[in-house]
Amino acid sequence: MQRNVRDWLLGIALAVLPALLAGCSGGILEPHGPIGAANRLILFNALEIMAAIVIPTIIAALVFAWWFRESNTRAQYQPHWAYSGRIELIVWSIPVLVICFLGGVIYIGSHDLDPARPIVSQNKPLEVQVVSLDWKWLFIYPDQGVASVNQLFVPVGMPIHFNLTSASVMNAFFVPQLGSMIYTMNGMVTQLHLQADRAGDYKGLSAQFSGDGFPDMGFTVHAVPQNEFADWVAGVRRSGPVLDRAGYAELSKQDTAQPFTYRQIDPALFDAVVTRHIPPQPGPGTQRAEKAER
Amino acid sequence: MSTSSEAVPQRHRRDIDPYRLGRGYGAAGYGGRGQDATGRGAGGPASKRVIVGFGFWIFLLSDIVMFSAFFAAHAVLQTATAGGPSGRDLFDPSRVALETAFLLASSFTCGMSAVASSVRNQLWTQVSLLVTGVLGTCFLALEAYEFTNMIRSGAGPQTSAFLSSFFAVVGLHGCHVTAGLLWLGTMMAQVFVKGFRPNIQRRLLCFNLFWHTLDIIWVALFTIVYLIGGGR
Amino acid sequence: MLGKLTWDAIPWSQPIPLVAGGVVLLVLLAVIAWVIVRGYLPYLWREWITSVDHKRIGVMYILLGVVMLLRGFIDALMMRSQQAIAFNAPGYLPPEHYNQIFSAHGTIMIFFAAMPLVIGLMNFVVPLQLGVRDVAFPTLNSTSFWLTATGALLVNISLVVGEFARTGWLPYPPLSETQYLPGVGVDYYLWSLQISGVGTLLTGVNFVTTILKIRAPGMSYFRMPMFCWTALASSLLIVAAFPVLTATLGMLLLDRYLGFHFFTNTAGGNMMMFVNLIWVWGHPEVYILVLPAFGVFSEIFSTFSGKPLFGYRSMVMATLFICVVSFTVWLHHFFTMGAGANVNATFGIATSVIAVGTGVKVYNWIFTMYGGRIRFATPMLWAMGFIVTFIIGGMTGVLLAVPPADFMLHNSLFLVAHFHNVIIGGVLFAGFAALTYWFPKAFGFQLDEAWGKAAFWLGLIGFYVTFIPLYAAGLQGMTRRMQHYDVAAWRPWMLVAAVGVLILLAGGICQVVQLVVSIRHRDELRDVIGDPWNGRSLEWATSSPPPSFNFAVLPNVHGEEPYWEIKRRAIESAHLTPEPQYEDIEMPRNSPTGVITAFFATITGFAAIWHIWWMVVLGLVAAYVVFVWFAWRDVDEYVIPAAEVARLDRERRGARQAWLDAHARAEEPA
Repeated sequence: MQRNVRDWLLGIALAVLPALLAGCSGGILEPHGPIGAANRLILFNALEIMAAIVIPTIIAALVFAWWFRESNTRAQYQPHWAYSGRIELIVWSIPVLVICFLGGVIYIGSHDLDPARPIVSQNKPLEVQVVSLDWKWLFIYPDQGVASVNQLFVPVGMPIHFNLTSASVMNAFFVPQLGSMIYTMNGMVTQLHLQADRAGDYKGLSAQFSGDGFPDMGFTVHAVPQNEFADWVAGVRRSGPVLDRAGYAELSKQDTAQPFTYRQIDPALFDAVVTRHIPPQPGPGTQRAEKAER
Repeated sequence: MSTSSEAVPQRHRRDIDPYRLGRGYGAAGYGGRGQDATGRGAGGPASKRVIVGFGFWIFLLSDIVMFSAFFAAHAVLQTATAGGPSGRDLFDPSRVALETAFLLASSFTCGMSAVASSVRNQLWTQVSLLVTGVLGTCFLALEAYEFTNMIRSGAGPQTSAFLSSFFAVVGLHGCHVTAGLLWLGTMMAQVFVKGFRPNIQRRLLCFNLFWHTLDIIWVALFTIVYLIGGGR
Repeated sequence: MLGKLTWDAIPWSQPIPLVAGGVVLLVLLAVIAWVIVRGYLPYLWREWITSVDHKRIGVMYILLGVVMLLRGFIDALMMRSQQAIAFNAPGYLPPEHYNQIFSAHGTIMIFFAAMPLVIGLMNFVVPLQLGVRDVAFPTLNSTSFWLTATGALLVNISLVVGEFARTGWLPYPPLSETQYLPGVGVDYYLWSLQISGVGTLLTGVNFVTTILKIRAPGMSYFRMPMFCWTALASSLLIVAAFPVLTATLGMLLLDRYLGFHFFTNTAGGNMMMFVNLIWVWGHPEVYILVLPAFGVFSEIFSTFSGKPLFGYRSMVMATLFICVVSFTVWLHHFFTMGAGANVNATFGIATSVIAVGTGVKVYNWIFTMYGGRIRFATPMLWAMGFIVTFIIGGMTGVLLAVPPADFMLHNSLFLVAHFHNVIIGGVLFAGFAALTYWFPKAFGFQLDEAWGKAAFWLGLIGFYVTFIPLYAAGLQGMTRRMQHYDVAAWRPWMLVAAVGVLILLAGGICQVVQLVVSIRHRDELRDVIGDPWNGRSLEWATSSPPPSFNFAVLPNVHGEEPYWEIKRRAIESAHLTPEPQYEDIEMPRNSPTGVITAFFATITGFAAIWHIWWMVVLGLVAAYVVFVWFAWRDVDEYVIPAAEVARLDRERRGARQAWLDAHARAEEPA
């Protein structure tokens, strides 16, 4: 009887978990880059380590509760049993051992997958500077001399090194199928390394609430073969506006945006945003605040 | 030593704390059974004076935690002068020393008032509280003078994050002193009208604790904000 | 004259808040009118509003918590329905409204639903379990409650006058600075939390003092019931953490009102300092809520298993361990800041270390059941639901403490599902369990079991149907706080979650029906002897509801389960202990100080939000006058004569003796 219940519950647990995971295709569980894949591996490892303890614990809780129900005359009532040194030892050591193990995973994972850590590759990484604005993403390719808004073209198989900052409030740069997210903050630069292993279009978004236009801060990452990437750069250079100070001021107006590209950039723009030589993007309240200060 | 409740001298009765560790008092708190207290609460609830003093200490600890958050902010923002003046340009050590002297002296006179009220001397309690208040007011006046000078010279809290944190932490202490002065005035009136009833005595105890805590915080503030900050 | 306040502050063009506000106002006016017409006002004023009795204050706290839970749940219904329809569509809530709703939902649920529930339980139960007559500072206790109510009132005023914050439940700068949100929304948030925060802090001070200095004779630390230990840990956390919240929000207030630069983008401000400071408070806050919930379940597991709590001392150690370690983990809320590998690893490990304490507790509860004789009454069902749900929530929590996993799941719906998993599964389930468990003690009759069990099953199923889809959507990369979205894969999960929240609604309705049915059948459900569950700790030693002084004579404590001992001895000898010598009892007088202080705090807060400076000054001066007036009173206690005490206690003893006789007859061999 007891064994039947246990088997039954174990069966359910084993059936539900993969079904749940399988239902989640397309997100972080289906990565298309080394960082995403490594993060997923750590996620699964941690889940397995804990599930090994958690599932038996849940089962024990349910089985004990059922077996020692009041109406079960076969269960032995021990009204004074409230301490056992041996059990106490086990009770403390199980979580401690799990956490020791998991602590190792955390330590190694934190170091190996630190967003600032470059990806080992023969290819020289592509440099991209990212500026989050209210409410759109600006991607600057300093080596190519072009820029784009709300769309990010990257070559497949080549590491990408992002330098990220914000022109106004905090945001988080996140491409679920490529890997780690990272905050963008005004006056600060964060680092991130990602790589796409397979061609395709991946959804990117902001993962830190940033105001009324926040849900429209999505962008598409187009991972394309290397030659196509070169073609894209060449195409972008031929047309479109120029990202100089005036162009940036135009972009800074608080609104959402459709994807478009800049044929030429001011190479010092990113640093000027970071060092606040270009003042932070004005919000709706700037005029009022200025008036108040006066 | 004797631990029966009769053996406790009358003067010490109000201080009975059955939860105090390490000493055996007789239990004379309400509902007590006259058992030996061994720090395990055998005597039941503690006396009112103990409860009030202890509770107020807990409150003061929370106040210290709040100050430490402001201190932390100041430590983070100490170098964020945004091109504006730094501590070295602004602080006048001699004036701050004078402020410190006023406050430390007021703590002394505050202690005097505690002595006076414990022997129920109306005159000396009032005099020492008054001197405490005057010294506190002098301290506040100096601080206000410093603040207005700084703001006039363009070094107000809106100039830089460093100055924001400076004005906040010093100003918060100033607000506490102001509230303390208000309390002090109220207590003087209460002592005058009501005399040394037990609840007035307990309030005087709390006021003393409060005033000395402000002193402790000022010492930290003087060291961290003015001495260390003035060297930058 | 009225600062920023004009007629435009009322959202004439937005029907939803306008109608909602109108309905609430009408209901409120109707209730007040009913109270006045029926002549209940003097009674309410004398016995409840000005009451300094910890039991009454506890009941009022819980009432406030339940009402605000309803408000927060309505917000949840709106969010779930918006996300169910807003796929490639704007939905029915525009962003500026939707953003207020999720901010208000979080703020209300944490500060004005969960906190009042937990603090209300502490108020009602702790003095009874400690075997004493009141808390350390009864009038302060009343003030704490009314200040909390002030905060709740201000948040709800924002529904119709002005707006609420559009920042999320923690107003991260620079978004919350005047530059980006110049309206009064963030100010409403700040002032209501500052005012209610003072109330919470004073509660913490009050309970630390109560538990450490006022206990029944013989109640040493290691004889205190587990709930008192967790209440002590929670109160210590309040004292240590809430001042940080006050300071942090104070800095943001200075930024917004006086142009300071703590967190601004300009002049050297540092926004990440806010994020650090707020989570230095924020993570302990989680344990402020959940530790008393652990205490509740410890009581329930032991009572309904008919056994003492297994491993009592190790439970105490685990509680204090969590209490301390909770201050060392705050950075796990922003691993994605880019702080570097060593920092992330340190805080990740520290976070998972907390799970040791929680794990120990879970095993001890399981072994409490082992060898027991378990009665599955409604509180025990909630406890079983809790243990399963909380283990899952704890597991996903530790998962999020692994930085590389957090890099993928931070701010996603997975995170949202996780914290609902622990807060609903932990705190809310504990609230419902405790309500059913201690309701007879408070009101003298039990709650209807059938409706209670229906509420439990609907609550449990509704919870999983709502939040498992959110886990799944989070794994698909869906981030939180989306007013609309364009990813087809997320849509089905949102639809399922919307169904789930309807099941939760049905569960909520069952709770209300349970209350109504129980009140109508109160005579059949009467708890005559004051011990409906065969309890073990001192609150069951007195009558239900207890007299204002709780215990005619303070009980003498000789062991970990004092009431269980008393009961055993009485059953063995078939007689109660001899009648004690009754004495006069001094109790604190009721006082309107709390409610008047809160009244002026409301005025001050409202005036500050709308920059009506003369009114701010007026409110502060009036508050000071109230304090002095309170301090000036000469009589602050009243005496219950020994004869009255004896009369009440003899009634209780009569009921108990009758029960003992009946018990003895039933035990006799036929």
